[in-house]
Parts: sequence; C-alpha cells; structure tokens
Amino acid sequence: MGYTLNFSAVWRSFDLLLGGLLLSLELAAAALAIGAVIGLAVAFALAGGPTPLRRAAGAYVTLIRNLPILVLILFTYFALPQLGVRIDKIQSFVLTLAIYSGAYLAEVFRAGLLSVPRGVKEAGLAIGLTPMQIRTSLILPLMLRNVLPSLSSTLISLFKDTSLAAAIAVPELTFEARKINVESFRVIEVWMVTSALYVATCAVLAALMRALERRLAIPK
Amino acid sequence: MNKPLLEIKGLRKWYGAVEVLKGVDCTMAQGEVISIIGSSGSGKTTMLRCINMLEEFQDGQILLDGEAIGYEEHPSGRRRKSEKEVARQRALTGMAFQQFNLFPHMSAAQNVMLGLVKVKKMGRDEARTLAEQWLGRVGLAARADHYPGQLSGGQQQRVAIARAIAMNPKLMLFDEVTSALDPELVGEVLQVIKGLAAEGMSMLLVTHEMRFAYEVSSRVIFMNKGVIGEEGDPKEMFVRPRTERLAEFLKTSSFQ
Repeated sequence: MGYTLNFSAVWRSFDLLLGGLLLSLELAAAALAIGAVIGLAVAFALAGGPTPLRRAAGAYVTLIRNLPILVLILFTYFALPQLGVRIDKIQSFVLTLAIYSGAYLAEVFRAGLLSVPRGVKEAGLAIGLTPMQIRTSLILPLMLRNVLPSLSSTLISLFKDTSLAAAIAVPELTFEARKINVESFRVIEVWMVTSALYVATCAVLAALMRALERRLAIPK
Repeated sequence: MNKPLLEIKGLRKWYGAVEVLKGVDCTMAQGEVISIIGSSGSGKTTMLRCINMLEEFQDGQILLDGEAIGYEEHPSGRRRKSEKEVARQRALTGMAFQQFNLFPHMSAAQNVMLGLVKVKKMGRDEARTLAEQWLGRVGLAARADHYPGQLSGGQQQRVAIARAIAMNPKLMLFDEVTSALDPELVGEVLQVIKGLAAEGMSMLLVTHEMRFAYEVSSRVIFMNKGVIGEEGDPKEMFVRPRTERLAEFLKTSSFQ
C-alpha cells in the first residue's frame, strides 16, 4: 500500500470548500426559516384546527414523510419548469427543503403543543386574552422551550440534507468537494476534510442549541 | 332593590348525552360572597366555569351586570358571540383555579402584568407598578421576580389571585383554590380571600372548606345532581339543613 496522504491540493482549494460550507449553511437557514413557518401552521392545524384543515395537514405530513428527499428535490427542479414556473436551482432547492423539513418540524411542534398544560390556556382565557394572544404569549414560548432538544436534531438533519443539493449542481460543500476530487484525484484527502467540516459544523450547531436551551431555561 | 350583579336563569349544560346542569337559577347582588358546596359531580365547578365561558352551555342565560354572557339571541336561534367579544366578557370576571395555572415562563410580576398590558392595554411601567402593588397586597412583594417554579403552592395561588384581582373584575370566581394545597398552606390563601371579602369584593367560591364557607360567606348554595338543592344563610343552613341530602353531605364533610 503506497498511498501517502497529501493535503496540498485540498488546502489550495480550501476557500472553495469554505464557500461551499457557507452556502450550505445559508441553504439550511433559509429552508429552516420557511420550514418553521410551515411547520408551525401545520402543527396548529393538526393539534386543533377544523376538520378539513386537520385532514389536509395530515395528508401533507404523510405524503412528505413517505417521499425520499432526493426524489422531491429532482421533482421540484425538473418538473416545475415544465409547468411554467421559472425559479433557479437554489430557490428550487430551498423551497424543496423547506417543504420537506416543514413536515418534520410540524410533528416536533405538534408534540410541543400537546405538552402545554390546558390550565395555562384556561388561565389566559380567564384574564381575557384572545386565542391569538394566548398562542403568541403563552403557547409558543412554552412550546418552543419544550421542543428545543428535538429541534436541535432536526436542525442538524436539515443541515446535512443540504448535501443533496449537489444532485442539482448547487455549489454547496459536497458539490465543491466532488469538484476538487475530480480535478485533483486526492480522493481520500478531499472527503476526509469535507467530513471533518460537516462534523465540526454539526458540533457547533448542537452547542449553540444547547446554549440557547440554557438561556431560555425557566428558573427553578 | 338594585339591579343584581349576576343572574343565572335556567342554566343547562350537557357533556355529550350527560346532563350536568339541569336548570340552575340564581341571583347574586353586588358585594355578596357566595360559597357553592356539594359533592363531586354535583355540577358546582361546571356552573362556575360557565360564568366565564370556560364551559359552553346549551340552554339558559347568564347575565353579568345585565349583560348576556357568551351567547346572543338571533331570529335564527341562539348564537355564540365572537371570540373577541367572549374574551372581553371573560375579563369582566376574575378566576382562580385549583391548580393555580400560573404562566410558568413568567415571573410573578409578569404573570400579573400580562393581562394588564395585553387586555387593558396599559403601559409596561404602569402595569409593573400595579402588579407590585397587588403582589404586596397578597404578601408577596419580595417575590415579584420569582418564577412559579421557585414559589410554594400557597405563594403560587396568591400570585394567581393577584393576577385575577389586578384586572379589576366585577366578580371573582374561586374554583376549589385550596384543594391542591398542603394543609399548612391553606390558611395563607384563605386569609387573602377573607381580606378581599371584607373589602366588598363580590365572590363566588366553589369550596370544600366548610368552616371557611360558614365564616365568610353571606350565602351558601348547595348543589346536588345538577340543580341547587338548597340555599341560604350558612349560619342557618349548616345548623338546620332543610333537606336530607344536605344533612348527609354535611355529615360526611369536615364541618362539625
């Protein structure tokens, strides 16, 4: 076995990898922002919406959770233009990931909603808050605290899923790594460094989420 | 005679096929303190919760200061008022719950302030001042910035009472507010309620504290199987119950 590790080709293109990582993070952040809105709306529908809305929300969650995300990405990217919708590949990917993560976030949020004690809502009603004020001032803040641990793992999955954007040539981390791989033939080195970047970023995200959890912890 | 503060006429409520309130009629004057007693399942808590629309009711009318609560009559039949209108009416009464139901993510002061800011549209500074004032009144001035998890049950219940009273309700509803407390904490909560009664606050209390009902209330209502079984002056009723049912109930309760 005469393979000697030589990282020089990787270091030379390291800024490409970092640029890719940055784009990965941006994709995840954009998808999370939209996905969280979808997830919240769907969770409220699932947890107490009128029947037609609850059914529609349930159908959305079931459909998305039974579709491989890669199929969804390719479907959106190739099928939408056929239907006359013109969006670029980054928008197409963010949209797909948002719809995809929305279904998972909806389940996370729904569990969180169910964990808010009924008495808290009743106390809110009793002082004259409207249902919307109860949602924003009581249910959301309590629910978010309850779901932070599972939100953390959803966020990490979401970030890792951005690597699938390589399939439609979005220049994120995995795409850039493959390009360097093809150009330099330093296969092991490229994927070692890329893996390290993913692992390190996930560790940072998890640490940030834990810090947020501690910050929002209710004093006891 | 003055217009009554609260009028309940023919109040009926079903949970599915089970009728829990079978036509309750009752009138309450401004400044009265009425205790509602009765065995569990007699409908006393349900009746209380209908007054602030935490429970829907299917028939009858509840008038608070002459205003029909929760529903309005239409040519096409009875209709529930809008959420906004129901919310406004709920703020006319204050309620304290058996399980306190404080907002766990807010300090004692913030618990009291929330309704003042969101419902009464009061500025934060003014609301904070009022909150501190009421927390002081229930003996918790030093606990204003403590969270519910840092307070004892009795302290939590006193914050909950301050939260309700600060809204300046026309009528206070107390739903078994001492039932979830350790015996040694019951006194501090009853003391607060006694103080409010002495100041002329109109109150309806669902309670198991017979001694307290006897001492504090101007009138007692005995609920039995979804109707008012007996009502009157506690000094009279507790000593000489007119009905067999009340006599039995008093025998099994802690009052002696």
